[in-house]
Amino acid sequence: MDENQKQMSERMGAGFPWKQVIGLLLSLALTFLALWIAVGLSLPVPVTLTIIVGLAIFQAFIQLFLFMHVTEGTEPVHQLIGILFGIYVAFAIVGGTLWILAYAL
Amino acid sequence: MTNATLSLHEKDQSKMPLEYTTEEGDLRIFGFWIFLAAELVLFGTLFGTYLVLQSHTAGGPTAKDLFEIGPVMAETIILLMSSFTCGLSTIELRRHNKKGLIGWMSVTILLGLVFIGLEANEFYTYAVHEGAPLSRSAFLSGFFVLLGTHGAHVSLGIVWIIGILLQLGKRGITPVTARKAFMAGLYWHFLDVVWIFIFTAVYLTGLVI
Amino acid sequence: MIDSIKSFMGWFFVTGDPMIYGADASIALASIGIVAVLTYFKKWKWLWEEWLTSVDHKKIGIMYIIAALLMLFRGGVDALMMRTQLTLPNMHFLDAEHYNQVFTTHGTIMIIFVAMPFIFGLMNIAVPLQIGARDVAYPFLNALSFWLFFVGAMLFNLSFVIGGSPDAGWSSYAPYAGAEMNPGVGQNYYLLGVQISGIGSLATGINFLVTILKMRAPGMTLFKMPMFTWSILITSVIVVFAFPAFTVALALMTIDRLFGAHFFTIAAGGSPMLWANLFWFWGHPEVYIVLLPVFGIFSEVIATFAHKTLFGYAVMVWSMVAISLLSFITWLHHFFTMGNTAPVNAFFSISTMLIAIPTGVKIFNWLFTLNKGRIQFTTPMLWALAFIPNFTIGGVTGVMLAMAPADYQYHNSYFLVAHFHSTLIAGTVFGIFCGLHYWWPKMFGYLLDETKGKWSFWIFMISFNICFMPMYFLGLMGMTRRMYTYPAGLGWTPINVVMTIGAFGMGAGFILMAYNIIWSAMHGKKDATGDPWNGRTLEWATASPAAEYNFARIPHVSERDPFIAAKEGRKSGNAASVQRYAPIHMPNNTGIPVIMALLMFVAGFGCVFEWYWMAIPGAIGVIACMIARSFVYNDHYYISVEEIKRTESATGRLS
Repeated sequence: MDENQKQMSERMGAGFPWKQVIGLLLSLALTFLALWIAVGLSLPVPVTLTIIVGLAIFQAFIQLFLFMHVTEGTEPVHQLIGILFGIYVAFAIVGGTLWILAYAL
Repeated sequence: MTNATLSLHEKDQSKMPLEYTTEEGDLRIFGFWIFLAAELVLFGTLFGTYLVLQSHTAGGPTAKDLFEIGPVMAETIILLMSSFTCGLSTIELRRHNKKGLIGWMSVTILLGLVFIGLEANEFYTYAVHEGAPLSRSAFLSGFFVLLGTHGAHVSLGIVWIIGILLQLGKRGITPVTARKAFMAGLYWHFLDVVWIFIFTAVYLTGLVI
Repeated sequence: MIDSIKSFMGWFFVTGDPMIYGADASIALASIGIVAVLTYFKKWKWLWEEWLTSVDHKKIGIMYIIAALLMLFRGGVDALMMRTQLTLPNMHFLDAEHYNQVFTTHGTIMIIFVAMPFIFGLMNIAVPLQIGARDVAYPFLNALSFWLFFVGAMLFNLSFVIGGSPDAGWSSYAPYAGAEMNPGVGQNYYLLGVQISGIGSLATGINFLVTILKMRAPGMTLFKMPMFTWSILITSVIVVFAFPAFTVALALMTIDRLFGAHFFTIAAGGSPMLWANLFWFWGHPEVYIVLLPVFGIFSEVIATFAHKTLFGYAVMVWSMVAISLLSFITWLHHFFTMGNTAPVNAFFSISTMLIAIPTGVKIFNWLFTLNKGRIQFTTPMLWALAFIPNFTIGGVTGVMLAMAPADYQYHNSYFLVAHFHSTLIAGTVFGIFCGLHYWWPKMFGYLLDETKGKWSFWIFMISFNICFMPMYFLGLMGMTRRMYTYPAGLGWTPINVVMTIGAFGMGAGFILMAYNIIWSAMHGKKDATGDPWNGRTLEWATASPAAEYNFARIPHVSERDPFIAAKEGRKSGNAASVQRYAPIHMPNNTGIPVIMALLMFVAGFGCVFEWYWMAIPGAIGVIACMIARSFVYNDHYYISVEEIKRTESATGRLS
């Protein structure tokens, strides 16, 4: 219920859009960090890829929670399960395809 | 669909933001989340395809040959900014501030247009000046179709938001227009999420490997 | 000039085979006949207002089923043509090219244009009634889904007479399906027809997912839902997450063929194996999309006619949840022989065997439901009972195929063909026939004749075994699928003769069922009560056919099988009688879905022939329809209390 109250206060329009500003600054920082790791540092390729993919996933969650209000709605658990299922299937197809066709990479 | 069918989930919807106050709004927003989850799989399939074909350059230009970090960073920052202004428009929606909502949404689609322009220019450079069109190699087929699908989504989003702005101008902020504006916002943020992965898996990876 | 027109016509229309001229003539005559009948009886307005523009889930369900039955007829004729060709060695009934086209259209039509729409039809009819809702979550989208399926099916079928049929199998494997090896429009028909109907399927998945999660009657918690509704919920999840992969795969091959990309070509670095990978990433979940709903139908029918509550409700639900998760990680078992590494084959072999466990659990649940029940052998119950052993044979041979090393022996033999027909006919086809007989009174207000129904069941079921049991042995004897003829002296001939006899027997069973439908339309027993089977769930609590608003008052639910509870005098399933009628809010009919789908057809047809002067305006028209819809605000109306009272008293339900 406190989520609803937060929405209420947001709706009543008080205050500075902290969520949005923090989200933007974090996104920009993560983007430049990823760029620096990929181009500026010369780590081994697998390490670089692991780090930048991790940063991308982190940034996606920032969008999801700070910008997209994924926890809102009458029954937010439904949409959370939906998104999680989507992530599971997307992971299955990306990971599975790369693994199956690894010999052709 | 109707007030009479509303039932099991009788939470006090009057305390919710405007777009959730009707059952129809609640249903549509939830359905849109499911649609976005399906889009995750759609883009996942394109990413899988691109990553498998990335090294299949058939003697043509490679990712390292083509990609330049400057324009890519410009596209990225513009899209991130547009996601931010889109978030501000949702705040204005919650404040029932029609002018603010229309203003920030307009800024969002302007940034979207700049993004599309930069991307079109990038495509044109590759396809015409660098001799690397989609039919050159499997790598380029994957590249153009993955980014083209994202670009087509952004373009469609721009058309959609223009339609919503017209409706907002005519009808003001009602449960229906509020729901539409909120859903367009979700869509726009989602496209930003996709871009984050394009930036990482296509551009940065292309520069590293 | 005349010569160029002649050569265009010779290329545009399929020529050269007397059977095709026969088909041309019959299509033309049937079209003229339909137009003439509609005009003579002045039914155009009725057709437009009552059907084409309807957003009522019950009417959409009926249209789905009519279309699916027509497609079943065509797919069945394809099957009989193949069986005729293979009866004896060295037959010349079909040539090799024609045979390829026939098995391609048979497979595609049976899966995409029969199994799925039939299931969508039944779920449209039953699900909103079972959960006590007045319609689905998005009635407009529901109509659009149907019309997209319909024009997709029509586009695909048009290939038979215009331009030429696809011939690369229903799985359309690259590189054979690519532009280089398969020029012409046939493959384009496959890609566009299936793509258009697939968009409709995705929308249906979202629609029913939201409907079931958000629109259940008060008190009906998730674990009080009827099992059919549960199966549709899980199916919708699989549809939503499997179809986008197929959409992409089809689009990529379309881009390959139309715009010279290199996703699946051999030249320029394309990967033909990638097509197999993407196709089956959708294709395997698709198997569960057409099986889980019939599991739901059998659960309803077995509980109803055994007069017992379903055994192991929660286990049934959790096994379906497990299937939905596992179905996305087994796809490689369709191409074990493609040259994957051993760990890859091992993983998918194990995941495939794992998914047999929840399916097996369900079989035992049905058996325990039957245990000590008072079993009533109605036609739907016969289909359900026949399903259990026949489907189990298909399931067990599936586990045999799941073992990767053994699959190297079975792969692409008739053993495989027999396996998937055992699951898809004994599962899906028995299931949709079962559901058709079971819900027919709810759809039309009268019952299908039981005697004729039982005859058609026995003929079909026995013929099915005559056709497909020997096929396992034929496969082990070495006959491979998709061969259009074979030499004498291999010992295959007797089995092939028997199989053809079985195939025609199945055709006879279907004809008898069609006759039963026509006969019952004239003489069928009326269903005045709305509850002809002593049903357990809410769809039987309302009139047959249900009023357009389904329930005059929304029922309240406090336990599983709410209608049985209500009949036994407990309060669940009854609308609180103190509650008064209130005006009912309903969606308006709209012509946009059918117009939008027709424009989609125009765009698709333009793409098939690469006529962009036709495709681009069609696509713009589709977008214009979407914009037009966005600006429609006045899309609902109210049914007044007087009208509700009038409708309710007509069926004797006024209280």
